[in-house]
Amino acid sequence: MRHRTFIWFILPSLAAMIIFIALPLVSVVTQSLHIEHQQVLVITENCGPFGCQQETSVDAAATAVLRAEKPLGRFNGLGTYFDRGHLASKEVSIAWANRASFRGFLSDLYNLPFYKALAFTLSYTFLVTPLVIMLGLLIALGVNRLTPALKGPTIFVSLLPMIVTPLIGSLILFWMIDAQGIIGKTLQWLLDDPVLSLKASPGLTWATLFVYGVWHSAPFAFIVFYAGLQTVNTDTLEAAQIDGATRFQQVRYVVIPHLMPLVVFIALIQLMDNFRVFEPIIGFSAQANATSLSYIIFNDLRGDVIRFNSAAATSLLTVLGVAILLTPVLIRTWRDFKRKVV
Amino acid sequence: MFLKKIALAGTMSVLAGTAAYAGCGLTSGNVNILGNDFAAIQAVVAGATECAGDGVSVASNLTTEHRDFQVAALTANPAQYTSSIVANSSIVPLLNAGLIRSLDDLVAKHGQNLQPHQLITIDGKVMAVAFMANAQHLYYRSDILEAAGVEAPSSYAEVVAAAEKIRAAGLMDHPVALNTKTGWNLGEEFINMYMGTGAGFFKAGTAEVAINNASGVEALNMLKALTELSNPDFLTFDSNATAALWEGGQLAIATMWGSRGASILDDEGSTAEIVAATVLTGAPTLSGDKPASTLWWDGFTIATNISDEDAEATFVALVNGISDDVVMANNDKAVWLSSVYEPSAASAGVAATAAAGASPYPMLPYMGLLHTALGDELSDFLQGTESAAQALADVEAAYTTAAKEQGFL
Repeated sequence: MRHRTFIWFILPSLAAMIIFIALPLVSVVTQSLHIEHQQVLVITENCGPFGCQQETSVDAAATAVLRAEKPLGRFNGLGTYFDRGHLASKEVSIAWANRASFRGFLSDLYNLPFYKALAFTLSYTFLVTPLVIMLGLLIALGVNRLTPALKGPTIFVSLLPMIVTPLIGSLILFWMIDAQGIIGKTLQWLLDDPVLSLKASPGLTWATLFVYGVWHSAPFAFIVFYAGLQTVNTDTLEAAQIDGATRFQQVRYVVIPHLMPLVVFIALIQLMDNFRVFEPIIGFSAQANATSLSYIIFNDLRGDVIRFNSAAATSLLTVLGVAILLTPVLIRTWRDFKRKVV
Repeated sequence: MFLKKIALAGTMSVLAGTAAYAGCGLTSGNVNILGNDFAAIQAVVAGATECAGDGVSVASNLTTEHRDFQVAALTANPAQYTSSIVANSSIVPLLNAGLIRSLDDLVAKHGQNLQPHQLITIDGKVMAVAFMANAQHLYYRSDILEAAGVEAPSSYAEVVAAAEKIRAAGLMDHPVALNTKTGWNLGEEFINMYMGTGAGFFKAGTAEVAINNASGVEALNMLKALTELSNPDFLTFDSNATAALWEGGQLAIATMWGSRGASILDDEGSTAEIVAATVLTGAPTLSGDKPASTLWWDGFTIATNISDEDAEATFVALVNGISDDVVMANNDKAVWLSSVYEPSAASAGVAATAAAGASPYPMLPYMGLLHTALGDELSDFLQGTESAAQALADVEAAYTTAAKEQGFL
C-alpha cells in the first residue's frame, strides 16, 4: 500500500490515540514534575455548633493569586519520584547503611509504602501469570476431548469467572471466605482450626488474592488455547500416535510447540494486566495486608486532599515497571520476527 | 364541543392556581445539590425539592463518593453543583480553594429562622449552615453486661475490663468492635482516641505533626487492647460491617456513629430482643475527663462560581429543606440542630458526648493528610508486626512527605 494511502487509513485511530493516550500521558508527566505552591496560612477564629476556637486556615485569596501566576505549581524536578512515598532513595540508603542483616534491610524496605506495594504486585504478577497459562492449557485440553454435546455448556461455565465483573466477583468471594461464610467455615472444619480466618493474616490474604487472580484470568487463557487447539496439524498428531507416543508425549512434543506463539501472547497480556492488579484488593478489603501500585495511586486520589502529583509519579513508575517486565518477551518476539524475515 | 372547552378551561385554571403556590417565594433559579447519601441528607434534599416549579429547578446527586469530586465539580465555572453538603473535614478543601461563597448577606435576607450556633463562621464570615450533629459513641447490650455482672463502662479501660469478663463468662468470644477498616475509618478511630488524651496533633500554629509522644503511644495501646477483644478480621470492618455485626447480635460493646442509631433501633434487620437491650451512651474517656471522640457537623454551602440568582434560590431551597416541618417529620434520622428537635433514644449518645465536652474534629487544612497517613500506616502495629513508636514515626514521615508536596511545610 502506498504510504499516503496508509497514512490516510490510520489517521482516525492515530488522532484518537494522540488525543486520548499521548496528550494525557504528557500531562501526567508534567504533573509528576511539579508540587503545590507554598500555602499561605493564617490563624482565624472559627465558630460552629460546638463553640469558637482559634484555628489555622489557608488564605484562599493569596493562594489563588499564586495559582493564577503559575497554575502548575512549583517545579520539583524528579523530587517526587525519590520522596518517601515513592522510591524513597534517602530512606533506603539509611536502611542500607544501618542494616544489621540483609533480612533486616528487607524488612525496613518493606516498611516503605511503595516497596510494600511493589512486593505484592511482583509476587502477584509472577505467580498468577504462569498459573493462568498452565490452568488455561489444562482446561482447553480437557474441553477439547469432551463429547460435542457437553462442549457448549462446559465452555460457557468455564468462561463465567472472566465475565463476572471483577469487583462483584471478588465481593461475593469476600463474603464466602468470611469465617462465617461457606468457604471459610468449610476450611475451618477441613483443617480442624476453629479460629482460622483467611482475612486476618497477610500470608493467607495474599494466597486468597492469588487464587482469585488465577480463577478470574484462566478463562481468557483457556479460550485462546482452545482456539489454537483447533488448528493443530492432525497429520503430525496421527504420526505421533502411530509411532507410539503417549498422550503426554503428544501434548509435549506436538501441541505445545504449536501453541508457543499463543503462550507468548497470553504471557504479554497477563503480565501487563496483573502488574496493574487493583479490583481484588478493593473487593476483598485487603488493604491492611496487600497493597498494589494501582491501589496506592487510587489512595492518593481519594480523600479530602487529592494528591495529583504523587499519583502522577506512581503512575509513571508503574508504566516503567510494565516496560521493564515486557522487555524479555518483546526481545524474543523481535528475534523470532527477524529470523522469519531472513 | 362546548363541554370540552369548559373542561379544558377548568383544568387549566386549576393547574394555574396550584402552580402559583410552588417556588418558596422564588421566581427563578437553578438548584443542584451534591452530598453524602444517608437518611438525614435525603430528607433535607426532599424538603428542598418542594421549592421546585415555576421557573425554579431542583436537582441533586447524593453519593458516598461525593468528597472525591466535589473540588473538581465546584472549580468549574459555572460550577456543576450550586451547593455541596459538607462536614467539618470535607469543607476544608473547598475553603482552601475559595470554592464556596460567604453567606452573610443571604443569612441576613432569608435566614431569620436559623439558630446562631448553626452558622459556621470562618474568620468572621458565615461559610456554611449546619443542620445536624454526629459523633462516634458507645453502644452496649444491657442484657449481656447484666449477665456478665458488669456496669456500663464510662472509660475505655472499663470497656476492656467488661469485655474480658464477658469473654471469661463464655457469653461472646469477640464482644468488642470499632470501625477499624484500614484507611479513613482506622485513621478516625486513632484521632478519636488521641483526642481523649487532650494532646494536640500539631505544634502550635504550624503544620508540623507532633503525635510521636506518650499520648500517641497510649492511644495506640488502647486501640490494640480493644482489637484483641474483637473479631480477628477487624481490619476489614467499616461502619456497615460493624452495624451488621451488631444487628446480628454478635457484639456486646461497640463504638459506632450516632447516625447509625436510628437504623439500629428500628424494627428492621435485627431481633426485638437485641433492639430492646441496645443502649446508646456517650463516648468513653481515655485518660482524664475528655471523651475520646470528635464532634462532627453536617451543613450546606453555596458555590462561588454560580450566578447570584442561583445562589439565592439554592439558599432558600435548602433553608426550606431544614425547616421545622422537615425536622419534625424526620426527628429520629439525625441529631438536628433545630429548636423543634426532640431528643430520643437514638440521639442520646451524641448528646451525651457533646455534653461531656468532646471537641469538634479539627478543621485544619492539613488534617486530611494526617488522617490519610494514620489510616495507611497503623495496620502493621495492630497486627503486631511493628512497635507503637515505629508506627507513629512512619505516620509522621508519611505525613511530612505529603505536607511538603502539598505546600504546607
